[in-house]
Amino acid sequence: MEAHTSFLRRWVFSTDHKVIGIQYILLGLFSAIFGTGLSMLMRLRLAWPDAHFPLLEKLMPTGFPGGTMSPEFYLALLTIHGTIMVFFLLTTVPLSGFGNFLLPIQIGARDMAFPVLNMLSFWTTFVALLVLLASLFVEGGAPISGWTAYPPLSALGKIAGPGLGTGQTLWLTSIGLFCAASLLTALNFLTTTLNMRAEGMSLMRMPLTVWAWFTASAVALLAFPVLLGGSILLLLDRLAGTSFFLPAGIVVSSKIITRSGGSPILWQHLFWFFGHPEVYIIIIPGMGITSHILSTFARKPVFAYKAMVLAIFSIGFIGFIVWGHHMFASGMSPFVGMVFSMLTLTVGVPSAIKVFNWIATLWGGRIRPTAAMLYSLGFVSFFVSGGVTGLLLAQPAIDVYFHDTYFVVAHFHIIMGLAAVFSIFAALQFWFPKMFGRHMSETLGKAHFWITIVGVYSVFIPMHFLGMAGAPRRYAQFTEFTYLKSLQPLAIQITWAAFITGAAQLILIFNIFRSMFFGRKATENPWEATTLEWVIPSPPPHDNFGAVDPVVHHGPYEYSVPGAPTDFTMQTAPPQ
Amino acid sequence: MEESRKISQGIGQARAAACFFWLLAVVTVAAFMVHPVWLPEVVSLHGVDVDRQMNITFGVAGAAFFVAQVLLGCCLWRFGRWLPGPALHWNESPRLEVAWTLITAVIFVGLGVQGSVIWARTYLTEAPADAMTLEVTGQQFAWNVRYPGPDGKFGRTRPDKVDDAAGNYIGLDDADPAGQDDITTQNIIAIPVNRPIRIIIRSRDVLHSFFVPVLRVKQDAVPGMGIPVHFTATKTGEYEVACAELCGMQHYKMRARFLVMTDSDFEKWLKARAAQ
Repeated sequence: MEAHTSFLRRWVFSTDHKVIGIQYILLGLFSAIFGTGLSMLMRLRLAWPDAHFPLLEKLMPTGFPGGTMSPEFYLALLTIHGTIMVFFLLTTVPLSGFGNFLLPIQIGARDMAFPVLNMLSFWTTFVALLVLLASLFVEGGAPISGWTAYPPLSALGKIAGPGLGTGQTLWLTSIGLFCAASLLTALNFLTTTLNMRAEGMSLMRMPLTVWAWFTASAVALLAFPVLLGGSILLLLDRLAGTSFFLPAGIVVSSKIITRSGGSPILWQHLFWFFGHPEVYIIIIPGMGITSHILSTFARKPVFAYKAMVLAIFSIGFIGFIVWGHHMFASGMSPFVGMVFSMLTLTVGVPSAIKVFNWIATLWGGRIRPTAAMLYSLGFVSFFVSGGVTGLLLAQPAIDVYFHDTYFVVAHFHIIMGLAAVFSIFAALQFWFPKMFGRHMSETLGKAHFWITIVGVYSVFIPMHFLGMAGAPRRYAQFTEFTYLKSLQPLAIQITWAAFITGAAQLILIFNIFRSMFFGRKATENPWEATTLEWVIPSPPPHDNFGAVDPVVHHGPYEYSVPGAPTDFTMQTAPPQ
Repeated sequence: MEESRKISQGIGQARAAACFFWLLAVVTVAAFMVHPVWLPEVVSLHGVDVDRQMNITFGVAGAAFFVAQVLLGCCLWRFGRWLPGPALHWNESPRLEVAWTLITAVIFVGLGVQGSVIWARTYLTEAPADAMTLEVTGQQFAWNVRYPGPDGKFGRTRPDKVDDAAGNYIGLDDADPAGQDDITTQNIIAIPVNRPIRIIIRSRDVLHSFFVPVLRVKQDAVPGMGIPVHFTATKTGEYEVACAELCGMQHYKMRARFLVMTDSDFEKWLKARAAQ
């Protein structure tokens, strides 16, 4: 395989999985900065709903008429924040980003099975992001229907509210494109994992990262088509006069809508049939990354490797049959609600097994508290903190109270947002030397870890209390209800914690870009790790392994093997 | 020299992280122990059961959270580079694995069964035959309330009869005799205390959600559907109804007053409404 020499083919329209992986990560980095910025603006309104911000009015005159943020702008921020974070950061970076860069190398392949398709997936995702951002600049602005886009609100057009005209159409187009791109990526990952493993790389010798990307891809392959179909149907309702989601007799803004026969709840089933597996598409790669890094820096094999593989698989599988727990209050049959409740509690079991195994991996280790290790420990901490509140939300009797309150907002930000983001931090810190040939600063990494973990816990633990008090999510302010007024001091405290945490992310951005050019040079295997990416130079050459294909003789996590000369045995080390 | 510097730094950093996880466990659990402060008082019969189950589940969740964070801290405190020799080569223990899988499964499924029993008691049963029925219809951004009047029957509604200017928000059809005595209000609901109430939740435009925190009741209002909920309020007073499903730009303002009255006060109130 010859590398392309022109700049455009090498760095922009590249078919090299490593370049594509880095492109996804950069796209995710942009999305993270943008999405975090939006959340800071949202916190500003929640803390001081009536305050005037003349400077912000100059920057965003439609969003801040008279200097005060309008409620519809708040809802637009909320929609784009959720969409950009879930799709373009959390789905993109752990799976498509790190998966692209590392999966072929970790199984000893020279590239993905379909390199051109891979390039196409990235650029389709890129276009999807542009279309999403474009919705901010059209008449009426971005949609105000949230990342779940429930019809009829999202189906009726601009008569139902600002942003629901062109903005909503662009949003749906963006999601459709994203689904198509993710589908292609999933196919590519599955084929690559099954067909392109090096000699000796049996399935049970694959690193848990590979198992995680493989499982998440299988889930993605089955889940994304459903959302793709759903968003096409919703687009048809909006543009072609169909009524998949619109029942008869709707009167909105004093106008009768002449459609009939559709069901708003159908969208919820389609959306969550995708939407729940989606959270596993997000978190499973994080689980793989965490297992991998905990083992490396505890200098111990991953505890119960087979159980870990089985747990990932059962989470992926059961994850498909729990979607109804998002719909306990939707009007769905209460009997069905009970079934979904039991299934949801069942999916908690393999999740708990993973936590036990992570702690057992650490037990008796020789822990090296590197920045990557600290981030991974943060992942485990968040996974527990966000997981246990799932026990409450899984029971419909209790969930009916917490549903659509800040309790849910706290729950999913911790388990899906923070846990996944900390796996991204860990992965960056850990594989940066392999990607760019230079280390990220450990000191800055640790400073960033400490401020961020203290900061986000100060944001999201108090948020549970807002939810307990019954504060509904997606409210532009809490001042209209007597029972919510006393919560304002808590909202202000959360906002300050969010601002400090948000500002601390500048440390990470500085660390990334400084280290790319001025970081300490990396050797082949700086962490004394065992898997295949550490037998090749940092950064790897275009064809990864050069003239000789690797041959695998060992499992992925042979640390501290009794009698071995070092405390790590590379997968390629000759058999004893 | 280099090695010993690394080791001493490692001790400090690992143990700082250990202390953090311990502190997190203690502070968070303590903060949640006082959680009843945050919950609004409960004024419905079934809400008492819901709160009890909530407390039990908080107990289990809190214990799991505490143990996991403390163990994470313990690993960091104990197992560092300063220990002699290589790491323990311990990578499986079938007995331990079976044990913790079974224990977790029993606890989780047990909670699920307990929760389902409470759920079934309210949601798989019909309202008692003597329940008073009323209807709540959401619209952007108000709650329309309808009482059937003396005949106990709701009149027919038609979308083409909706006339916001004339105050006919739900499209009551005056051609239907059953609707002549229907009593309608907007953004104010009154009910008698200690009497089973059945509310049929509807919407005339987009999704809304009828949320009465003190009752522990929440039900989405879906256009095209009439979804019944039933409950018995146990304490008189004025409470609030919030909308809990995103319904548009003034979602945060969609509020109704919720009055729980004695029987006689309620009769008076309803008569005064009927006269309007």
